Amino acid sequence: MYAQMIKSTGQGVKTLDEMEPQERAFQERIDAGGKIEPKDWMPEGYRKNLIRQMGQHAHSEIVGQLPEANWITRAPTLERKAILLAKVQDEAGHGLYLYCAAETLGITRDEMTEQLLSGKAKYSSIFNYPTLTWADMGAVGWLVDGAAIMNQVPLQRTSYGPYARAMVRICKEESFHQRQGYDIMMKMAKGTAAQKRMAQDALNRFWYPSLMMFGPSDAESIHSAQSMAWKIKMNTNDELRQKFVDQTVPQAEYLGLTVPDADLTWNEEKGGYDFSQPDWAEFFDVLKGNGPCNTERLAARQKAWDDGAWVRDAMMAHAEKRAAQKVAAE
Amino acid sequence: MSSSTPEAPSRSGEWPLWEVFVRGQHGLSHRHVGSLHAPDAEKAILNARDVYTRRNEGVSIWVVEAHRIAASAPDDKGPMYEPSNSKVYRHPTFFDIPDDVRAM
Repeated sequence: MYAQMIKSTGQGVKTLDEMEPQERAFQERIDAGGKIEPKDWMPEGYRKNLIRQMGQHAHSEIVGQLPEANWITRAPTLERKAILLAKVQDEAGHGLYLYCAAETLGITRDEMTEQLLSGKAKYSSIFNYPTLTWADMGAVGWLVDGAAIMNQVPLQRTSYGPYARAMVRICKEESFHQRQGYDIMMKMAKGTAAQKRMAQDALNRFWYPSLMMFGPSDAESIHSAQSMAWKIKMNTNDELRQKFVDQTVPQAEYLGLTVPDADLTWNEEKGGYDFSQPDWAEFFDVLKGNGPCNTERLAARQKAWDDGAWVRDAMMAHAEKRAAQKVAAE
Repeated sequence: MSSSTPEAPSRSGEWPLWEVFVRGQHGLSHRHVGSLHAPDAEKAILNARDVYTRRNEGVSIWVVEAHRIAASAPDDKGPMYEPSNSKVYRHPTFFDIPDDVRAM
């Protein structure tokens, strides 16, 4: 969900009978809840699909630092500033856990960075929306991290060992992120009329982009069917979106805020809310690079990469010089 | 039986990959937590502090360059580990000790 629209083999899911013995043994291990580890045999499609998904997930964590970093210097109190710094630092950490897990599949870090900067690899659509006010820090933590958790908790059981282990660490930390966001929203929703207006405005702007994070309905998608057979996707997009809405609406009610959806109603029969779909044309447009902040986000990553080049080179040169001196002294 | 030692990477300009091991608070062994890139061991430990111990996860860090780790091959899983399955007498529960003997 930080990974959206991941393409799989496009071949459809093979039955066990259609598989060669090696692939059948692989699939049976996954069906039995076993883990696949880096050196184990795996179908090429599984490897490629995972690299794409984990790369997109990692890039989302890294780009996801930018909308929040925007407010670090303007946080309303020193405590809020320290909390926000810690959260943004966590996002960097999440990106690094995921990059290192993806590297076990045979892609290098530099290749992944190159794919992000060239636009070949995507990151979540949500980070192409601007953070205009301090209340957006609340909405991002509450809604965006809340939506991410919906997807990441089941991914702790994903079939690829290094990915599952990275998810365990990430989930522990995401819980802090969501709570700090809700804490900001509570403060503002109970504050002055102007603060409450800001909180409502943040919810209005982030509600539909958050629903988009789950991706369009994929009940019919062959890509999703394959990913689910391989247990690198655990639920359909619609299942997770429904779960998110059901959990979030009462939280909005507690805040005294209104979810910006006139058609939102409780459906007793299904035991969940009926709600409006986001504008999927907008979603595809943002993915294509036409969101409000796509250009700015990629430019920031490119600048960081370029400006950091001399530091990376200098540190490597220093390490090599010291290693050579050590050898000479021995 | 084979073991695999990955070849030293020859990546242009990319910092080497280090595997990170952290010892938790309570006297347990160092445990593998993940990996990261760093130019040398000293920086690898500093980076590991920031990436893997932001919440008191440990009191000691080991780092080792990833290509220096030798590992058993997955294909050898059978010959390597199955022989011990039949040696049930290696477990204390194999032996019936009468209750009269009391604590043992």
